[in-house]
Amino acid sequence: MQQTRSVEVGTGLFALLGISALFFLTTQTTGGDRFSADDTYEVEAWFDNVGSLKSRAPVAMSGVTIGRVTSVTFDAQRLQAKVVFEIDSKYGAIPDDSDASILTSGLLGSQYIGLQAGGSEDNLENGSEIFFVQDAIVLENLIGKFLVSSGSGDDE
Amino acid sequence: MEADSENLIEIRDLMYSRGARVIFKGLNLTIKRGEVTAFMGPSGTGKTTLLRLITRQLIPQQGAIYVNGVDIATLNQRKLYELRQRFGMLFQNGALLTDLNVFENVAFPLREHTKLTNRLIRHVVLTKLHAVGLRGAADMSPTELSGGMARRVALARAMVMDPDILIYDEPFVGLDPISMGVIVRLVRRMNDALGITSIVVSHDVAEVSTVADRSYLISDGKVAASGSPDELQAANSELVRQFMHGMADGPVAFHFDAPDYAEQLLGRDSE
Amino acid sequence: MTSVLRDIYNNVFEFVRTFGAFQLFFLRLVRHSPRMLLRRPGLVIKQVYNTGALSLVIIMVCGFFVGGVLALQGYANLARFNAEDSVGTVVALALIKELGPVITALLFAGRAGTALSSEIGLMKATDQLSAMEMMAVNPVRRVLVPRFVGGVISMPLLVAVFTCIGLFGADVVAVYLLSVDVGAFWQQMQLSVDIKDIQEGIFKSIVFGIVASLLAVWEGYNAIPTAEGVGRATTRTVVITAIAVLILDFMITAVML
Repeated sequence: MQQTRSVEVGTGLFALLGISALFFLTTQTTGGDRFSADDTYEVEAWFDNVGSLKSRAPVAMSGVTIGRVTSVTFDAQRLQAKVVFEIDSKYGAIPDDSDASILTSGLLGSQYIGLQAGGSEDNLENGSEIFFVQDAIVLENLIGKFLVSSGSGDDE
Repeated sequence: MEADSENLIEIRDLMYSRGARVIFKGLNLTIKRGEVTAFMGPSGTGKTTLLRLITRQLIPQQGAIYVNGVDIATLNQRKLYELRQRFGMLFQNGALLTDLNVFENVAFPLREHTKLTNRLIRHVVLTKLHAVGLRGAADMSPTELSGGMARRVALARAMVMDPDILIYDEPFVGLDPISMGVIVRLVRRMNDALGITSIVVSHDVAEVSTVADRSYLISDGKVAASGSPDELQAANSELVRQFMHGMADGPVAFHFDAPDYAEQLLGRDSE
Repeated sequence: MTSVLRDIYNNVFEFVRTFGAFQLFFLRLVRHSPRMLLRRPGLVIKQVYNTGALSLVIIMVCGFFVGGVLALQGYANLARFNAEDSVGTVVALALIKELGPVITALLFAGRAGTALSSEIGLMKATDQLSAMEMMAVNPVRRVLVPRFVGGVISMPLLVAVFTCIGLFGADVVAVYLLSVDVGAFWQQMQLSVDIKDIQEGIFKSIVFGIVASLLAVWEGYNAIPTAEGVGRATTRTVVITAIAVLILDFMITAVML
């Protein structure tokens, strides 16, 4: 019976190793789940261009994640992209004239929404809309503008 | 056919062919309860095939095999497995399960078919191993056993469910004289002491003569001769004489079918 | 001319027949699997040990070096865009979605698959399967099902271990050899790996586990019971598993993207 015991121990170790590896993968390599809050409120914003913003992308204020994007959809009537995101209720006192920009983490990193506080007395609440927005910067457009402007500068 | 007649197994007009090769054409034989019956015959006459037919690992194209009066071709899988539990079979090379040790090999049918406690299984297995003289080898792996020992372990395993019928496929092949003597004695003793019916397939005339009550000489898909060993020895059919006395040429030709010898040797080159 | 046509017909017919037999064989194994797991877990555990635990060393060694080489290559190319920090992302996505499941499946075929088919082939060649049949034990249920289930259980665990060790190898190479910032390495990875990527990897590993175990058991069970036949069956196991895994990988990726 010595043999069966070593088989059982070996299998047990193997299973533990495998399951902990799986656990490591799901918790340590993904960032999507790092934001979790029981109580949130939803805010929406309209953009002309969202770049490559996806749902579950973080929403940050002063660099700290306070929420995440829940949906990115295109509205055929307004011909704009509608982004809905949720913010942890802990951060309830955000002025309703704050502006939202789509930013990129690092040069080639993924995109997220950055909020910049405004000065209004009223705060954002469930269902409110952010009016001051800044679209995602598309690299091609930027390079295009740069080329045009530097071209015109050299004009004789 | 009554179930309790003295014929345990009856084979009627058996036809079997594999591909184009006809192996049996109208074979008839009976195996009597409590006897040791031997199937003999030149190699390639399908003796092992016959065993596989009797145990329904193969199904005949025509004819029927009755075990205890029941046509085994009609059994469903569950009934067949019930029937097979009453068979014990000893394969040519023992066919021990290589991933289990000797003890577990013998215990295998018990673990699969019964809900006996470990203690009881241990008791039964050691008894059977003792009967074949290998109680001391219980912890060995089948790969460590010699051919004769493996066959004895396989015999212990075949007996462990207390079968009614024990089938031996070539039990005497490739054994040294001592192991051979042991197996011969075991076959006879199992049969007489436990009231088992035994079927032995062999072409070993001398050993079969000492052990069998009745022999069937199978040749050319049919029973060529049958009777007690003495009757066969005395028979004057040419085929029986050739086989029993081991003559190289006779009705069973020394040469396999071939084109004419001289023509083949000379004909090709002269073309 | 007609004989050529007849040959083609026969070959196609034989292929279709084999494929059908293969499906039925798969269904038979699946049908017996739950009962085997519930009633005889010991048999399955032994096979998880044989196929999984005994493959761990090779999986870990290979995982480490695959991760390491991905980091080297990724670094060399990303450095041209000053994006060395993204090396964690590149390695993680490659390992989780593609290389983890695929390479593990190929190693599994070479290590565990061949062991399975040669073991079963030899059991057939030495009459062990017939002996079971004669002891009124169904060899498909007693021999093949535990091996199949064991393989299916082992594969996702092996893939997870391979991927983790690969990430660890990449971390070692990137951080200690190429002095990428360790924080950036993991943070970039966490920002771009989605839980969906991991689900894709797990899904692939389950599919590959089923395919690789099934093929190994099938080839062993249908081996010609001679030394040569068993040898051929083991070779076929590796070749067919590799082809099947790569084709399936493409199909799954195409459907999931």
